[in-house]
Amino acid sequence: MYKIVKKRALNSTVTMMDIYAPLVAKKAQAGQFIILRVDSDGERIPLTVAGYDRAAGTVKIIFQIVGGTTMRLNEKNEGECIQDFVGPLGNATKTENLKKVCIVGGGVGCAIALPVAQKLHEQGCEVHSIIGFRNKDLVILEDEFKACSDKLTIVTDDGSYGRKGVVTLPLKEAIESSESFDEVITIGPLIMMKFVVATTKPYNIPTTVSMNPIMIDGTGMCGGCRLTVGGKTAFACVDGPDFNGFEVDFDEAMARSNMYAEFERNEREACCNLFKKEVK
Amino acid sequence: MAIKPNKHDMPVQEASLRAKNFSEVALGYTKELAVAEADRCLNCKNRPCVEGCPVNVSIPEFISKIKQNDFEGAYNVISQSSSLPAVCGRVCPQETQCESKCTLGIKFEPVAIGRLERFVADYHNANFKGKPVPPKPNGFKVAVVGSGPSGLACAGDLAKKGYKVTVFEALHEAGGVLVYGIPEFRLPKDIVKKEVETLQQYGVEIQTNVVVGKTLTVDELFEDGYSAVFIGSGAGLPRFMGIKGEGLKGVYSANEFLTRANLMKAYEKGAHTPVMHAKNVAVVGGGNVAMDAARTALRLGAQNVYIVYRRSMAELPARKEEVEHAEEEGVKFEILRNPVEILGYKNENDRRDIKNGCVTGIKLIKCELGEPDEKGRRRPVEVAGSEYVLPVDCVIMAIGTSPNPLIKNTTAGLEVNKHGGIIVEEATGATSKQGVFAGGDAVTGAATVILAMGAGKTAAKAIDEYLSKKGK
Repeated sequence: MYKIVKKRALNSTVTMMDIYAPLVAKKAQAGQFIILRVDSDGERIPLTVAGYDRAAGTVKIIFQIVGGTTMRLNEKNEGECIQDFVGPLGNATKTENLKKVCIVGGGVGCAIALPVAQKLHEQGCEVHSIIGFRNKDLVILEDEFKACSDKLTIVTDDGSYGRKGVVTLPLKEAIESSESFDEVITIGPLIMMKFVVATTKPYNIPTTVSMNPIMIDGTGMCGGCRLTVGGKTAFACVDGPDFNGFEVDFDEAMARSNMYAEFERNEREACCNLFKKEVK
Repeated sequence: MAIKPNKHDMPVQEASLRAKNFSEVALGYTKELAVAEADRCLNCKNRPCVEGCPVNVSIPEFISKIKQNDFEGAYNVISQSSSLPAVCGRVCPQETQCESKCTLGIKFEPVAIGRLERFVADYHNANFKGKPVPPKPNGFKVAVVGSGPSGLACAGDLAKKGYKVTVFEALHEAGGVLVYGIPEFRLPKDIVKKEVETLQQYGVEIQTNVVVGKTLTVDELFEDGYSAVFIGSGAGLPRFMGIKGEGLKGVYSANEFLTRANLMKAYEKGAHTPVMHAKNVAVVGGGNVAMDAARTALRLGAQNVYIVYRRSMAELPARKEEVEHAEEEGVKFEILRNPVEILGYKNENDRRDIKNGCVTGIKLIKCELGEPDEKGRRRPVEVAGSEYVLPVDCVIMAIGTSPNPLIKNTTAGLEVNKHGGIIVEEATGATSKQGVFAGGDAVTGAATVILAMGAGKTAAKAIDEYLSKKGK
């Protein structure tokens, strides 16, 4: 069992937790992920590492409450335990020799982008961050990004905070105003990453995307997380989760990501009903 | 008394009934059936069956105990050689091992050794109330990576010799392929649990949620005071064919499909892990894993399940019993067929149509058998222009796996072959790295439970010799 040492709501749908898992905390690096199960009959879900404290033995996760499992996870409080927590899995984001990088994060993906931005900042790299959200209420981690970015641009879809529009607008402007990025690293919804790649490709700026497909074991056994990268089958759990964005087949990844959409909808409803019953 | 020429039939759940549930297919011998079957054993002098067993169970001796109604005595004989009798009695390919050597088998059907082993183990598990006494610790710590058949066998043998054994398992439950791969209806998970508990009573410690190669490395295990390490991490990445359409929704590797159904219990009502309940399913491959996937798909409610195999029925690598069970349950065999492409749905007018990217069929090409290949199996030759489409909504690829790269990538000095399998000395399981031994699918690629167990036992013996010589 793995104890929830700290829990904080970042907004109405995104929660942050510090989980006591010393073996994972000892090894975790930016870009890697963990797999957890909330209860003994729970589903295994992958979540990217949002931070770690090696001394305290804790790993930070930030998750959006989207389905049954994340709802059940969000029902757990500080001091309570979750059933399973395994990692760190996947490969760390490569940051060596980068001097100037643009980080593009979207929604809860910003939670995963943050440790990468922090790591780059610590190694003396110039970091420009562009983070996008649907609206003002959903903005998370603004202060944290400010602290590790040489330049921070926030955009919202409806313009209720920061600039109005999507992340690719300021990205394109930056590139065209001759900001010479060694690399663009993007983490967020598949559709956003697809368009980030479409934006950087004409300028041939190396672009790394962090993929978070459906997974079960996360150790290279089930093959559920496979993607087509450069025309070949790749497994996000052992070959990724970071890939060369120019080579990823996003359309296939997007189709695969909604494979269980209906099941998830039913799960969510069942969960809502259950929690309502408990409240009564 | 004349000898009964045939084995006593195994009582089974009726085919039409069992095809709709996940309860065990074979029900097991009764005491009376077991004794009657044991009486068929000639107790011949040269004991060829023992040679046919990868772990050399003293077969005639345990059968003699059954004849005397001493079932617990029979269990004690088996457990000297086998760590997992209830498992092996169910999933070993006895027809190509012990039973293939049986003297009675020259004239008649061989003695049903597997069924007897299963009976003895089940009898023990149901009736034995005592607890095994762990031996006096010898002061050595050994780490075992993976809790599948090779790891459990290795851990069991070492624990019985007084080693302090810790098994590191990547998943949340111990058992490896016995829990994620082999379905409930062939190997009930309670049986695996019981076997694991027995090992724990011998002092084996099991740490789940530890991925060696990620959470810990092999070198760190030595730093933590383990004197030797056994790697039984199992087969790894599922293979795909590289044909068009393998990324469509509804295409599974057998590993994923079976893991969802078995380990995650997706077949149960109210399960939190989804699995597709397809109507028409094509399973590509002809091994035991393909049969398991096909029969699982059937139990999840499929109307038509096809095994797509490029050779003929005679060449199917699956156990005969599994093929027969599958046929009885209604699995259809599309033999001498090779997949060319998997077809998917595409609504040109609506890119957001949720059905986009779902499997609609599999294009197959007919094959004929040509000249034998290097293994002596006749090579399938495609018949030009014979393609046709089999309408299915789910395709399961059961064409094998390639070894997992996690340990190889993080263990300096561990040599692997060109396929990624760990190179070992066959007689000992010793790898190129001092103090590190390996066995099972991590070495051989996908094979059987009993071969993996045999490799685990070989390594346990070699580890004992290595550490006895080396000292502290």
